[in-house]
Amino acid sequence: MNFLNILTQLAEVDSDVLDRLNPRRAVFASLGTVAKRSALAATPVLLASMFQKAYAGTNAGNPVDVFNYALTLEQLEADFYNKVQASPFFLTASAADQAAIKQISKHETAHVALLTTVVQGIGGTPVTGNTFKTSVFATLTSFAAQLQVAQLLEDTGVRAYKGRATDLQGIADVNIPGVGTINPLESALRIHSVEARHAAHIRGMRMQTAWISGTGDLDTQATYQGATPESNTTQAGYNLTMAGVITPSVTYSATDVAAAFDEILTPAEVLAIAMPLIGA
Amino acid sequence: MSTKTIPSSQPQTTDLEKPLYTPIKRRSFFMYAGATAGATALVLAGCKKDDSTTPTPAAGTVSLGNGNLSVLQYAYSLEQLEAAFYAQVVKTPASDFAPIELAYFTQVATHEAIHRDFFKAAITNVAKGTPIMDLTPDFSSIDFTKRAGVLGAAKAFEDLGVSAYNGAGKLISNSDANGAAYLTLAGKIVSVEARHAAYVRDLLNPGSFAADDQVDPASGLDMSMTPVAVITAAQKYVKQTIDASQVGK
Repeated sequence: MNFLNILTQLAEVDSDVLDRLNPRRAVFASLGTVAKRSALAATPVLLASMFQKAYAGTNAGNPVDVFNYALTLEQLEADFYNKVQASPFFLTASAADQAAIKQISKHETAHVALLTTVVQGIGGTPVTGNTFKTSVFATLTSFAAQLQVAQLLEDTGVRAYKGRATDLQGIADVNIPGVGTINPLESALRIHSVEARHAAHIRGMRMQTAWISGTGDLDTQATYQGATPESNTTQAGYNLTMAGVITPSVTYSATDVAAAFDEILTPAEVLAIAMPLIGA
Repeated sequence: MSTKTIPSSQPQTTDLEKPLYTPIKRRSFFMYAGATAGATALVLAGCKKDDSTTPTPAAGTVSLGNGNLSVLQYAYSLEQLEAAFYAQVVKTPASDFAPIELAYFTQVATHEAIHRDFFKAAITNVAKGTPIMDLTPDFSSIDFTKRAGVLGAAKAFEDLGVSAYNGAGKLISNSDANGAAYLTLAGKIVSVEARHAAYVRDLLNPGSFAADDQVDPASGLDMSMTPVAVITAAQKYVKQTIDASQVGK
């Protein structure tokens, strides 16, 4: 099945990353010594060549991989919202809630179409058939239960796109037949922020804050955890909750700091969340 | 319940996760960079191609400069404006705000203050640059006494912020050793701005969180704007003239 192909591809990407990791660590480990020994004038040249070697192509992922990864999630979301609208519980929702689901569904369907075209346009084969498992959907026996999953899917989507942004960094604009010239990273970011708008609204429908403040009823779910959990308060090496760390005599609470930044999920983390939901 | 359908982990992916702890790696890189003598040289080497000019404003003009540093300065300028706006919203709350609205705007105000202060610190300590001056806001066109006036301005700021970050991501160069980390950080912030935007839009017009005027109904894409277009739109809220013509170049 197509989804397993993605997993295989990701495993290949992972081992690739692993291979690059050790040489990079070696560069950092030796850096201190080199920098101290070298005259200041000579150092930048030396370092530049070291970094050029260590980092060459590091951030340029395979865009087909990245967009098929995104397409997998969008297909899952699009099918989920189709199932929600076909469910008898949809009629129990208010008119406003029904309208919101229709608007979100419209976007997810558009994302599937766009990403399919993009994957084809960059010479890849789009994944297909990543539907929301019927047996899992059957366990969602109220509109409220469906909304819980909707929130988790949207917030997972936000973190998933964020986690792949650097894989598209530095990739040149491409002309996609039927779409026009796009910048791959920009397109991904423009979907990413739509997922965040969706997440915010669904959270509101569920009486949660639009942002992830650590007080939500689903905050212990895997969607909000991971190697860098949503409760993270350290950015760029700075613990932003410590007094005066970023601004003298100003201290921010852990809740506010955590809510002010969304975090990434790695592909492995996303797939652990999404895989049990995908199937016939 | 449905929550049980989302397991916390999947056995076969455990070994896949190991090499993917890139955020930790980047953070430890920053801690290293901030703590050693090699840091300055390292950043200089990384910035060689996009060497960034320190903004030296003429009277009343603030240049955001060029290179990756300029993208940070650009974000810092917008976060300064947003933070100042919400500080005023909280300081002189509209008489027709619901208590819950004021409580949430207080949270939004803090998020924006954190973004502002974080960028100032990152520009200084990570990018080794000089942050642009504290901008003087001009909010004379905003009626802070009325809920509608505040929400209208908040919507404009948040949607503009989302469009700005969406357009700026591709301007961050990864030929700078910090470039990937900058992009990830921008991504961590833009989705919070999008959450704010959706919240404010829903207050102003329920159900408009991702309406067709902001999210293209055919492609499902949010707006994206160039720095010059964003600054042109934001200029009426700032006393200084901001020059964004070289941002990301």
